[in-house]
Amino acid sequence: MTTATAPASGPATQGRGPGLGNLMLSEWTKIRSVRSTVWSLAILVVLTLVFTALFMEMGIANWDKTDASQRAEMRLDPTGTILGSGILLSQLAVCVLGVMAIASEYSTGMIRASLLAVPRRVPVLAAKGTVFALLVLAVGELTAFGSFFIGAPILHGKAPVAIGDPGVLRAVVGCGLYLALLGLFALAVGAIIRHTAASITVVIGFVLVITPMAGLLPGSVGEHVHAWLPTQAGFMITQQHSRAGDVLGPWQGLGVLALWTAVLLAVAAVQLRRRDA
Amino acid sequence: MIEAKNLTKRYGDKTAVNDLSFTVEPGRVTGFLGPNGAGKSTTMRLLLGLDRPDAGQATVNGVPYRELARPLRVVGALLEARAVHTGRSAYDHLLCLAQTQGIGRRRVEEVIEQVGLASVARKRAGGFSLGMGQRLGIAAALLGDPAALVLDEPVNGLDPEGILWIRNLMKSLAAEGRAVFVSSHLMNEMAVTADHLIVIGRGRLVADCSTEEFIERSTQRSVLVRTPDGAQLAELLRGKGATVTTTDEGDLDVTGLEAPRIAELAAADGLVLHELSTRRGSLEDAFMELTKDAVEYDAGVPATGGTK
Repeated sequence: MTTATAPASGPATQGRGPGLGNLMLSEWTKIRSVRSTVWSLAILVVLTLVFTALFMEMGIANWDKTDASQRAEMRLDPTGTILGSGILLSQLAVCVLGVMAIASEYSTGMIRASLLAVPRRVPVLAAKGTVFALLVLAVGELTAFGSFFIGAPILHGKAPVAIGDPGVLRAVVGCGLYLALLGLFALAVGAIIRHTAASITVVIGFVLVITPMAGLLPGSVGEHVHAWLPTQAGFMITQQHSRAGDVLGPWQGLGVLALWTAVLLAVAAVQLRRRDA
Repeated sequence: MIEAKNLTKRYGDKTAVNDLSFTVEPGRVTGFLGPNGAGKSTTMRLLLGLDRPDAGQATVNGVPYRELARPLRVVGALLEARAVHTGRSAYDHLLCLAQTQGIGRRRVEEVIEQVGLASVARKRAGGFSLGMGQRLGIAAALLGDPAALVLDEPVNGLDPEGILWIRNLMKSLAAEGRAVFVSSHLMNEMAVTADHLIVIGRGRLVADCSTEEFIERSTQRSVLVRTPDGAQLAELLRGKGATVTTTDEGDLDVTGLEAPRIAELAAADGLVLHELSTRRGSLEDAFMELTKDAVEYDAGVPATGGTK
């Protein structure tokens, strides 16, 4: 011990805890210091851009063989077409990373060290959620703009679109917002369930299984249930134009996803405070 | 100073910690002894705010751990179970903890140096041996230069050199005026490290006294006497207030009289002695005996020496 005397512990015992800035710095260190996370994000960006280019090239190559309704759809909403192909991939990666951001703390025992440092607990979740969401937002915007500027020139001959067209910028920016919110949604599920595999199963099941299945529900009730599911609702923001019969508008849809996320985060916060670590 | 007041914790219908009260004073190493499953780790988790007690309260400097503003600067803790992300380097692990308390990078490097992990600080903690993991845990505990330390089985997995290192570290931390609270299920380890002992069995307090007092109290000294005049000597010694039993080999096992006195008495009566040796019961045996019967003690034996 370099300090020879035991410290008086007055100010450390009482008063305000460390600020959210300190905790966010700590959470940033946690994220950037696990190599698998950094690699996953880098691979996500590259793969999304590659897949977007690939899908657009395929769409153009098969243009004459595609049926009329699909061609009409691409012409009506080229932005949605461009973003949609990459998002299928990136949203899965974001779900996994969101779960891992918190569940890996439980699986490795790191959570105990984290909570010893911040025994009020909820600030840990707040800082982690903020840092992770900001990171995914940055990566999401990067891939969204990247995808658009790769995809638009490829589609140009058949379905021309420019960033200045109505609804386009909103859809591209919204794509990053969608991914950030989805990441938080996954993080909240991970915080509630605490087990990596189970949490990933639940989140992916929601995105890949429950949401498409709900689309098969008959009648107007089924239509509403489907539209209000988190990913279906959030996805609306990536469309250039609303379709006839859309239950939710783009921002309304994103709002619904935000609401799901907020509720789950609130549940996670209450659980974190109450449960033994 | 760490204080537990009537701590109780139940898991389902099993009571892990039962109405436990004690104080850990600064300036000395307080050993927390009990067999595996006695409730030591649970008690420490209650002290550290990781688990909530069903009754009672634990405080550090009068404040519950959960209300400490910068806890790592008040209490340093080493938990029994690993609390490190396996994918993170030792340096980054300590750095992310330090950042929550506004502790700088220099201090991180200092504690890494202090626990002897400098050469592996940038390696993933997942590849660490048990001993290296313990050293990393100690580094985390020392990070905030805290006035109190809570160490759960710190010598686990350490080689003899490591055990000696931690023993000396704990003693020097206490000598600096810190409160050091260290758990172990090894009586002999505590006998050489701790100044004070808090012993629990099945979640209940069995003893709270100085280590010397505990050793004195729990190990009975007896004198083995080998003599051809067993019956006469036994009668003589009983007359002087000793308790004498005859072993299977026909030797006498005497308690209540010291060896020199026995020799004098025998000599005075002209009795022949072939052997006279003082025996001391093993501390480990005494401890096992004491904690095994913890339930029988709970109604009676009051904790001595502790603060109420």
